[in-house]
Amino acid sequence: MTLNRGRVRWQCRRALLELDLVFTRFLERHFDRLTDGQLADLDDLLLVEDHDLWGMINGSRPVENDRWKEMVELLRAG
Amino acid sequence: MKVAKRTFDAVIVGAGGAGLRAALQLSEAGLKTAVLTKVFPTRSHTVAAQGGVAASLGNSTEDNWHWHMYDTVKGSDWLGDQDAIEFMVKKANEVVVELEHYGMPFDRTDNGKIYQRPFGGHSQNYGQTPVSRSCAAADRTGHAMLHALYQRNVRANTQFFVEWMAMDLIRNADGDVLGVTAMEMETGEVSIFHAKATIFATGGAGRIYYSSTNAFINTGDGVGMAARAGIPLEDMEFWQFHPTGVAGAGVLITEGVRGEGGILRNAAGERFMERYAPNLKDLASRDIVSRSMVTEINEGRGCGTEKDHVLLDITHLSPETIMKRLPGIREIAIQFAGVDPIKAPIPVVPTCHYQMGGIPTNYKGQVIVPKDGNPNVPVAGFYAAGECACASVHGANRLGTNSLLDLLVFGKSAGETVVADFQSGQLTLKPLPDDAADVSLARIARLETQTNGVEVNDVRLDMQRVMQKHAGVFRFADMLKEGVTKILEVAERAKHTQIKDKSKVWNTARTEALELDNLIEVAKATMISAEARKESRGAHVRDDAIDCAETPNGRDDKNWLKHTLWYSEGNRLDYKPVNLQPMSADVEPIALAKRTY
Repeated sequence: MTLNRGRVRWQCRRALLELDLVFTRFLERHFDRLTDGQLADLDDLLLVEDHDLWGMINGSRPVENDRWKEMVELLRAG
Repeated sequence: MKVAKRTFDAVIVGAGGAGLRAALQLSEAGLKTAVLTKVFPTRSHTVAAQGGVAASLGNSTEDNWHWHMYDTVKGSDWLGDQDAIEFMVKKANEVVVELEHYGMPFDRTDNGKIYQRPFGGHSQNYGQTPVSRSCAAADRTGHAMLHALYQRNVRANTQFFVEWMAMDLIRNADGDVLGVTAMEMETGEVSIFHAKATIFATGGAGRIYYSSTNAFINTGDGVGMAARAGIPLEDMEFWQFHPTGVAGAGVLITEGVRGEGGILRNAAGERFMERYAPNLKDLASRDIVSRSMVTEINEGRGCGTEKDHVLLDITHLSPETIMKRLPGIREIAIQFAGVDPIKAPIPVVPTCHYQMGGIPTNYKGQVIVPKDGNPNVPVAGFYAAGECACASVHGANRLGTNSLLDLLVFGKSAGETVVADFQSGQLTLKPLPDDAADVSLARIARLETQTNGVEVNDVRLDMQRVMQKHAGVFRFADMLKEGVTKILEVAERAKHTQIKDKSKVWNTARTEALELDNLIEVAKATMISAEARKESRGAHVRDDAIDCAETPNGRDDKNWLKHTLWYSEGNRLDYKPVNLQPMSADVEPIALAKRTY
């Protein structure tokens, strides 16, 4: 199944400004170039609760799923 | 054009704390309830609330609701309605204990009670000494609250419409509210939600400012919808600037940091709050702290190469305390300020944080408007709670931890009122006008056909810059006047927004264009209301308001002890009296006094 990019893009809108700022950078620099596989990884990562996701990005929390690692790296790097 | 119609007993717009608390009341009473939300409920901005919820439980220090009421009235700079404030502070213990029973994991004292910490503006014995009144779940109070409420709603069979954008309020010729139109993002189709009761719980519109602690979803959708449908907006000139947003990013550093002993310092390293608020110092009310910080910066004592911020110092706290009591702060400081707060202070500036004004309501959560000489007539079928509403408990300035309390108390109260009106047979399903969806369809059609228009991002940015420059922490008569002209120009351009992507499915550009329509209403209301109010009060601070015996701190009770009402149509202003009378006959009103800490 091919994911709808618009849906994934909308789900990058989060409850915390911290994440909105990180995702703004990510959407500008990386989003349009993601492969379908990467998009699916991102879609999976976006199900994580905001505080936990923020924890993974800022390094205070381990990235629990290997599948998320590449996307978390891109989010960290900006 | 034919649009799909769904029918419910009640439709709630917004699934943050207020919406979920209201929904729970309705669903548990057996009402068929729909909750519309742009994002998944647990991704609402309530998640970001860190500090806690105020309740005079007295677990850590002696406390009672009379003191909490005094602090809230004083915090509001006497613009809060004292009946609604009495109602809120008296209900505080009940709604907090209720939440505890829902499974909310509050921090505990050694003897198992809810742990309470001090918070700015809250005091013992009518302003004498700081009190520990804030109940928290580490720094995730809002998150824990939202999850507890969401789980409870799932159990109660509340029906959620997730990723639906409410568009417009539906009213009949009598002005009664009959529901809303909404767009399903997945299909782009517009539907009618026809209901006996409509509750708005859409949160604030903090994104009208350039520098804001608010997440991007905070676009004042309910406030904008109400304004376009002819409901006046109350006290929109009052915006709280949180003293400690990370300089340059806006990300909030919770007041809990100062509750745990954090100190604000200027370029000389001086603890300057000792000069402005000798008793409460760094824990004084938010507007006092913000103004003191801006004064330090304006007088050349700011920090950094641009001297444009001050420093929040917690280096004297043990790393263990920082990790245990303030775990998230360190990561925020490292990521957005590039400093480790264990070793160096955090650069901070006052940043737009909370909307005190909103859709006018009474303590029952009913939306009220002036009619036939009575300023407070309920609009049949329409209710509001939380940040989008103005009850008015925060008046000209909100105390920290009173917002989570507000959304619990008034979410529940609005729910209780709807249930009571429903059970007494007062609420009926009134016939929809034929043109119920026309306004919404026309908005969509315009976006589809607009040519030679303006970019949504450009207009939004212009609006944010105008608001920041002309209606910030300190306000000046000439800047406000110029601000009115400028914001009306921006609003005119916003009528011609254009989107390149015309697709129907998951078109985020279209959603953002619809959000901008709401933000613009809020921005106009703010600027026009602020320009007109010729005094300083709470968060509205004018340079030309004189501090003298007659007008203490520039507050002019003789002429301005009144609520503003702004109508979108013609940008008309009206005013109504503040209710200085508490709800109970045996409760003494909190008498007007100069607000000092």
